Amino acid sequence: MSPASKPNKNAKAIQEVVVISGKGGTGKTSVTAALAALGPKKVLADCDVDAADLHLVLAPDNIRTEDFIAGERAFINADACVGCGLCLEHCRYGAVSAQFEIINENCEGCGVCAFVCPEDAAVMLPRHCGVWHIAKTRFGSLVHARLGVAEENSGKLVTTVRQAARKLAEEQGASLILTDGPPGIGCPVIASLGGADLALAVAEPTTSALHDLKRVHDLTKHFDIPLMVIINKSGINEEITKTIGDYCKDNGVEMAGTLPYDNAFTQAQIRALSVVEYDPEGRGRDLLGLWNRIQARLDQDNQ
Amino acid sequence: MRIVIASGKGGTGKTTVVANLATYLKLSGLNVSVADCDVEEPNLHLFLNPRLDIEKTTTVPVPKVDPERCTGDDCGLCAQLCRFKALILMAGEVMVFAELCHGCGLCTLACPEKAIIEDSRIIGVVRSGMVGCMPFTEGELRIGEAMSPPLIEAVKSASPKNEVELIDCPPGTSCPVIKSLDGADFSVLVTEPTPFGLHDLDLAVQTLRQLRIPFGVVINRDGMGNSCVHDYLEREGIALLGTIPHSLEAAQAYSRGQLHVGHVQGFEAHYARLWDNIRQQIGEIHS
Repeated sequence: MSPASKPNKNAKAIQEVVVISGKGGTGKTSVTAALAALGPKKVLADCDVDAADLHLVLAPDNIRTEDFIAGERAFINADACVGCGLCLEHCRYGAVSAQFEIINENCEGCGVCAFVCPEDAAVMLPRHCGVWHIAKTRFGSLVHARLGVAEENSGKLVTTVRQAARKLAEEQGASLILTDGPPGIGCPVIASLGGADLALAVAEPTTSALHDLKRVHDLTKHFDIPLMVIINKSGINEEITKTIGDYCKDNGVEMAGTLPYDNAFTQAQIRALSVVEYDPEGRGRDLLGLWNRIQARLDQDNQ
Repeated sequence: MRIVIASGKGGTGKTTVVANLATYLKLSGLNVSVADCDVEEPNLHLFLNPRLDIEKTTTVPVPKVDPERCTGDDCGLCAQLCRFKALILMAGEVMVFAELCHGCGLCTLACPEKAIIEDSRIIGVVRSGMVGCMPFTEGELRIGEAMSPPLIEAVKSASPKNEVELIDCPPGTSCPVIKSLDGADFSVLVTEPTPFGLHDLDLAVQTLRQLRIPFGVVINRDGMGNSCVHDYLEREGIALLGTIPHSLEAAQAYSRGQLHVGHVQGFEAHYARLWDNIRQQIGEIHS
């Protein structure tokens, strides 16, 4: 048997690709939806739990819904409260009002108020922060979630979504988890990236997006996650398109491809279609080329 | 008067609105200050080119355990109480995981041996300076740091009060957004006329209603998608403060880091109308 055909014991059965961007609105969800239509059997995950949009294109049929309970929230029992003010004095988040009521949006659930309260009037209760779903879509199973309005613990909800997606992929024998990530570089992005096999950064050729791409690249280096870059809306500014290409070349970041500035993306979104379905001969072909480069990279990294 | 420009969805044009509105108001003779609270990806400086003279690091408190005083296995109260698992008792020793710490101070309060003191951890920097005569403040989160709200708080405290104070908010609806919106007199939500724009606008609307902050909406790239956002605003009785048309010329100016005001013909009028409507809305709240 030749070495090439020998199954590699270290090869991963499931690889996870996370689409990120730094700057919002560069096209993460449109790209994720398009890639969802291509490639091998996969499980999809929407980790932009603050403002999840992937379901608007994938029209999921939810088959399971779970409450997301994470951490705690303080509650002050007015009947037991003697108004000593210790909770107000010790709370560092401005979550106790002058009338000794908890301001829910500000409460971090740390438990300081319950600890200092001499009357046991302040208590800690489980916190319902949102819901998450397992759904069927035309491109495979989707795990998606909805963080409650003005809620905490987005990072933990992201972790919950990713764990559910991995379990599904194992059960279904899917070889890929494709994740739509949140914008930024903070808590939910860090939670989306940890342990992923490849980060796919969608950038547009604007001064802002270039600035943000560099920070996202620093973040992926910090967590040692391989990175590929997609330039979206390239027609807006040819010069910055070239600058991003040069930046990638100089920093050893592989380009997955370039997509033009094209109204087809908006039109597809309006029809709740991926651009691969809406424009199979045009943008659909671009996306296929892009996916082939991503697949090649995944195969290469998995040897 | 503190006005926070927010959105739900990223990339709808928050920074564009802040930069152009601030410039328009400055040209109109108002005393304006601006603050960029999108500390994960601060971009406002790219459009306003401020002279930044002051840079201060921002820290959050983290516990430091004195092994001489700590009784380890005999106690373990700190590890038991910490909701964030930032303190763990391992082999008779308390270990601190600084990245998980929310700086609440409970462990220091609770330790019966007074073995825990508060040290500090850098989470980012706050920079202050001027754009001409307009005060400018921004924050930049350290790469790898998860906790942005304390840095957002620091940006807001460093930004001087003024006749009009415009705040550029991060996207989303969770803790960093709530922190940026805290203390706002009015909020301007920026959206785009697409299904994604509408979906995330609705989340932002729910957030502002819950926080009881008065608000109105600006539609950016109007004409790009469909009428779903216009229909929604009418249905919900939400004020449309203004529209900024979909225009390749405007997108190109943006891509170069240029303002609409002064660079794209006819666009100044959109910001003039926006400001008139914001003033009218705020007037109605106060009357």
